[in-house]
Amino acid sequence: MTTPAWVPRKRRGAEFFLTVLAVTIGISAYAAVGLGVEGTIPGDTYKLGFALIVVAVATHLIVRRVAPYADPVLVPLVIALNGLGLAMIYRLDLGRQQVNADRQAFANGQLVWTAIGIAAFAAILILVRDHRRLQTLTYTFGAVAILLLILPLMPGIGRTINGARIWINLGPFSFQPGEAAKVCLAIFFAGYLVVKRDALALAGRRIAGIDLPRGRDLGPILAGWLISVGILIFQRDLGSSLLFFGLFVVMLYVATERAGWLVVGAVLFVLGAYFGYLAFGHVRVRFDAWLDPFGDPDRNGQIINGLFGLAHGGVLGQGWGLGSPQLTPFSFSDFIAASMGEELGLAGLMAILMIYGLIVERGLRIALTCRDAFGKLLAAGLAFSFALQVFVVIGGVTRLIPLTGLTTPFMAQGGSSIVMNWVIIGLLLRISDQTRRPAPEISTFEHDEETQVVKR
Amino acid sequence: MNRPIRNIAIAALVLFMALLVNVNYVQFVQADSLNAKTGNKRVINEEFSRDRGPILVSGKPIAESVKSKDEYKFQRRYPDGKLYAPITGYFSYIFGNDRGIENTENGVLSGSDNRLFVNRVVDLVSNKQPKGGSVELTIDPLAQKTAASGLEALGEDTKGAVAAIDPQTGAILAMVTQPSYNPNRLASHDFSEVQKAWEQLTTSPNRPMSNRAAQEVLPPGSTFKLVTAAAALENLDMDPSDKVKGGRSLSFPGTSFKLPNQDGGNCGGDPITLERALNVSCNVSFGSLALKIGQEKLAEQAEKFGFGTTPLTQLPSNASRFAPVDRPLERTELALSGIGQFEVAATPLQMAMVTAAVANDGNVMKPYVVKTVRSPNLSILDQAKPERISEAMSPSNAAKLRRMLISTVDVGTATSARIPGVEVGGKTGTAQSTPDRPPYAWFVAFAPADNPKVAVAVLVESTDIGRDEISGGRLAGPIARAVIEAVLGK
Repeated sequence: MTTPAWVPRKRRGAEFFLTVLAVTIGISAYAAVGLGVEGTIPGDTYKLGFALIVVAVATHLIVRRVAPYADPVLVPLVIALNGLGLAMIYRLDLGRQQVNADRQAFANGQLVWTAIGIAAFAAILILVRDHRRLQTLTYTFGAVAILLLILPLMPGIGRTINGARIWINLGPFSFQPGEAAKVCLAIFFAGYLVVKRDALALAGRRIAGIDLPRGRDLGPILAGWLISVGILIFQRDLGSSLLFFGLFVVMLYVATERAGWLVVGAVLFVLGAYFGYLAFGHVRVRFDAWLDPFGDPDRNGQIINGLFGLAHGGVLGQGWGLGSPQLTPFSFSDFIAASMGEELGLAGLMAILMIYGLIVERGLRIALTCRDAFGKLLAAGLAFSFALQVFVVIGGVTRLIPLTGLTTPFMAQGGSSIVMNWVIIGLLLRISDQTRRPAPEISTFEHDEETQVVKR
Repeated sequence: MNRPIRNIAIAALVLFMALLVNVNYVQFVQADSLNAKTGNKRVINEEFSRDRGPILVSGKPIAESVKSKDEYKFQRRYPDGKLYAPITGYFSYIFGNDRGIENTENGVLSGSDNRLFVNRVVDLVSNKQPKGGSVELTIDPLAQKTAASGLEALGEDTKGAVAAIDPQTGAILAMVTQPSYNPNRLASHDFSEVQKAWEQLTTSPNRPMSNRAAQEVLPPGSTFKLVTAAAALENLDMDPSDKVKGGRSLSFPGTSFKLPNQDGGNCGGDPITLERALNVSCNVSFGSLALKIGQEKLAEQAEKFGFGTTPLTQLPSNASRFAPVDRPLERTELALSGIGQFEVAATPLQMAMVTAAVANDGNVMKPYVVKTVRSPNLSILDQAKPERISEAMSPSNAAKLRRMLISTVDVGTATSARIPGVEVGGKTGTAQSTPDRPPYAWFVAFAPADNPKVAVAVLVESTDIGRDEISGGRLAGPIARAVIEAVLGK
């Protein structure tokens, strides 16, 4: 008798069509790199094209099978970014090896990591049939997050690269546990805040126009966050500190619906940034490089080169393989956005930003339509932290804000980043599938009255 | 919880808008100024990888870009590197192209000149690498080679320069410097070699990268007597046959200083004619003439010939000077100035211009070295137009001075420039600088007298030859003659 008023369409066909488009972008980019650098379409275009098609089809089939109602746009967007990133990393391998043939190539490794990332994505969709079950593991995730963050500080497995101690060695692989910690922390925040949101919002004292919650409500989450940020400061990881802080403040705001938390967050951020500027030389260096990069061209070579690359690209770009992005240090990881801007131009970089924007938009849409508070909070947190990450890293590279070390999601070379971002997409798809799936049909019996044991 | 989610969606939108606006600012608004920053390797690489246009002499390239297999795609080559280096300059990855035609005509050579805008658009549309235009020089290759081998013949350690111009147009026919350098070494793609070459060239006391013909200012000695003679004709209304003071030396009341003649002789009497004074390069005569003319008029005459200015704009050059001191000269100083000593200093190019003006009825022409500028498809973008800077002397006075210079070659000190069948006018110079170093040997000449085709100035700054044997006539004269012969095709 009661049929749902509106059943969302699955739109898997649309997703397939968009996936084909995204794969075409990736393969064409790869072929264009070969044309630009070497004058011929590289022979292994077919190899990589085939790999990309397999990966995309597998992803599509998995979604079709285990999350049929999930958002149809997210996966194609991500595959497009991933394909562009792979092509650029391959292009930079060629460019860097032109100067020195011994330089390490990253493209193949990145392809392997992409496959691992998609496996992790599939695992999330298959293992987590209902995202609400994650809520039961709230504190576990909190503990895991802190454990992950401590790992790089452990002697033996921790590794310092370029002044930041945020890597661990696992046999042949190196991994940035901070990326995984971000997801764990988001789940912990969401799980905790869902339970405590009323207490946080209502119980407490009012000081200076802001309702402060009781210490026992705020305590655990504040502790979790403080430990995380403390560790990150210890590891000299500016970008992640900023990202975790933003995640914390925004989720607190969404959970309590109190804008006061944003004010508190902003004040704390300014104080923290000022303290960081006074206390840490590397923060000061970054800040000064942002204000006046040309004041010390030797030290600020990277940001200057990034800007030169962007300017060299101009409006329409140099074309795949025709610019000189390899001149910029870390053009394949931290500065891949500048590399894109150089070869694809302002037009290409804006398109990439639009893709990122669309991913954020889909994530927040999932949060809006989600029916349970935990899913809502988790989706909002993940989507916003994604937006924040894109803003911080691309803003840093293009000198909108001071440069901090963060990876460009789905494009930058680096295994942990790509795997964990695929995990985030997995979680978002899971929540979205749950949200858009029609409510299970409630069978109504003809003789309902008679089966009643107790009369009301 | 939807309200705060909507709010953070707006926040995310603001963040992305900020990113979009910022990349527009960097890649569109700031792009040009970033591209123009020094040390921007991308721009240097791009320019270095371009098919740069050639610099031509008589249709043959003296600087050209040939395909190379390395990452820069093109290699700049200078087939006659040393011979033309003072004119071409160099095109180096590390040190740029801040000298010579490579520098002054960079816009055309690199293809970035505004006149080549249409070509660039066509290249862009047809997806071709932009190509540079070509620059044709006024240099006469035979004169250039003759001048260079003349200096070389004096020995490896000889320092000197030759400048030859077409008196009627100002076109530079030869511009040679010794020692010179090999610009190929600076254009190499092996940057450590380039660095090494650069250090060697810039630290050498011989300054091989200086274009001595246009940059070195040295006392012109007796060749400056042309200026003094011109001033005498113009201001004292003299004739070649008018008498001037001769004798063994010029004394100055109140001082023990005496101005002697070069060889200690008496110039053949006292008084002698102005013509004879020039023929034998009589210091006494020109010293006393300078005193008669006065500092002001003499300086004015020098300026009319181009002293104090750098009329050659296409190559780095220095201004010649009459007297740098802004005060009345002592009588001794003025007399010395009249014979091209004291503080008088001139470039070979300046002395060639003086000679050319005498040959060209007193008209000083603006010297230039670029004849034609062409686009990559060979259409002419620019063609040199001869330009008169000033009238240094009246045509009749110029004719008088010309006759005196011809007789100087015929019967005077400049006989080493004699060419059978051609009327050559010339003047020697042997200039003292300091007692501890050998004198500078100068020679200026022009030919033919009735329709001047070439005016040349030769400077031998130092050489291995013993100091007693150094004289303008002996060292520099034969080179001047050879250059004239090369231009006239004799």
